[in-house]
Amino acid sequence: MAQSPSPRPLSPHLSIYKLPLTALVSITHRATGVINSTALILIVWTLAGAAGPADSFGFVGALVQSWFGKLMMFGFTLSLYYHFCNGIRHLFWDAGHGFELEAANRSARLTIIAAIVLSVITWLVALL
Amino acid sequence: MAEFTLPANSIVKPGKHFPAPEGATNTRRFKIYRFDPDTGENPRLDTFDVDMDNCGPMVLDAMIKIKSEMDSSLTFRRSCREGICGSCAMNIDGSNTLACTMSLEDIDGEVSIYPLPHQPILKDLVSDLTNFYAQYASIEPWLKSDSPAPPDRERLQSPADRERLDGAYECILCACCSTSCPSYWWNSDRYLGPAALLASYRWLSDSRDDATGERLDELEDPFKLYRCHTIMNCAQVCPKGLNPAKAIAETKKMMVQRRL
Repeated sequence: MAQSPSPRPLSPHLSIYKLPLTALVSITHRATGVINSTALILIVWTLAGAAGPADSFGFVGALVQSWFGKLMMFGFTLSLYYHFCNGIRHLFWDAGHGFELEAANRSARLTIIAAIVLSVITWLVALL
Repeated sequence: MAEFTLPANSIVKPGKHFPAPEGATNTRRFKIYRFDPDTGENPRLDTFDVDMDNCGPMVLDAMIKIKSEMDSSLTFRRSCREGICGSCAMNIDGSNTLACTMSLEDIDGEVSIYPLPHQPILKDLVSDLTNFYAQYASIEPWLKSDSPAPPDRERLQSPADRERLDGAYECILCACCSTSCPSYWWNSDRYLGPAALLASYRWLSDSRDDATGERLDELEDPFKLYRCHTIMNCAQVCPKGLNPAKAIAETKKMMVQRRL
């Protein structure tokens, strides 16, 4: 058989696919996993700084108290809760529950809502 | 490794425009992926303005109309036009489905049509499914029994045992699910994908099959089964309403249970 003159192209994938909510929640789970690991290193760095001499304590304290520091901390809280909630969703799946489309779509929405609500409550408790 | 962008020869270029016939008042725009293996050029995205006053209700109807009246070189697979053969699986409006059962009414605005994602393309919307079929063959989709078949009747099964096959046997191998799965996009050389794993589960759950252990041994591998991360795209797109993700989870459970 004659070979075609050009190698076969690969059809478009990520660029044309409308990812459903379950897929977006899934990729966010992975992203928050990476964020959590990275943020933990920063947390350790912050704790080490806080345990250090006065000037390093002052620097770390100012950083954490700044709006940027608080925003980062809130982001980490959100990421942590998201990964936690979706992790519970995965545990149900591992036991064979919640695979019906409606259930999976509902638990996806629930994960997002729960992560936001838990983060806000945590910060209200911390700040008040 | 996952390649998130297309190779240079696969980047889609702007294509030709086929205007609606003179006097057409009710037109609709279709953007269709084209690739001609004879030219050696990159794939392109052609635009067809179709006269909808004289067109059937399904995406496949519009495609056949385009092929008959606007560009006879438009190439796609189709056969039964009623969702049972699985030939016309493609990516329509950003999601995998069958062109014959996808109603034009359910799509807003322009209709974009691409081949099944992340597949080698032979021509236009026709992809090379060799790997997909080989993966299906690899799960050995036939009954394996230690006992000889009864000479005078079929191998019997209780109604309850038969019921366990519901949702597993109806697959038409259209490849909508496997080619919707990001995990399959990045690892289709080693991950079997939802369609083959659903078929595998159909035999794992058959009361007449005696090869459950062997079948599970075959799947005990970091890639074949365990690349499923429950993204759920498979169940979202299956035109038969099946749930490969659940079948994969049940298979993973069988893996654990046999070690307990």
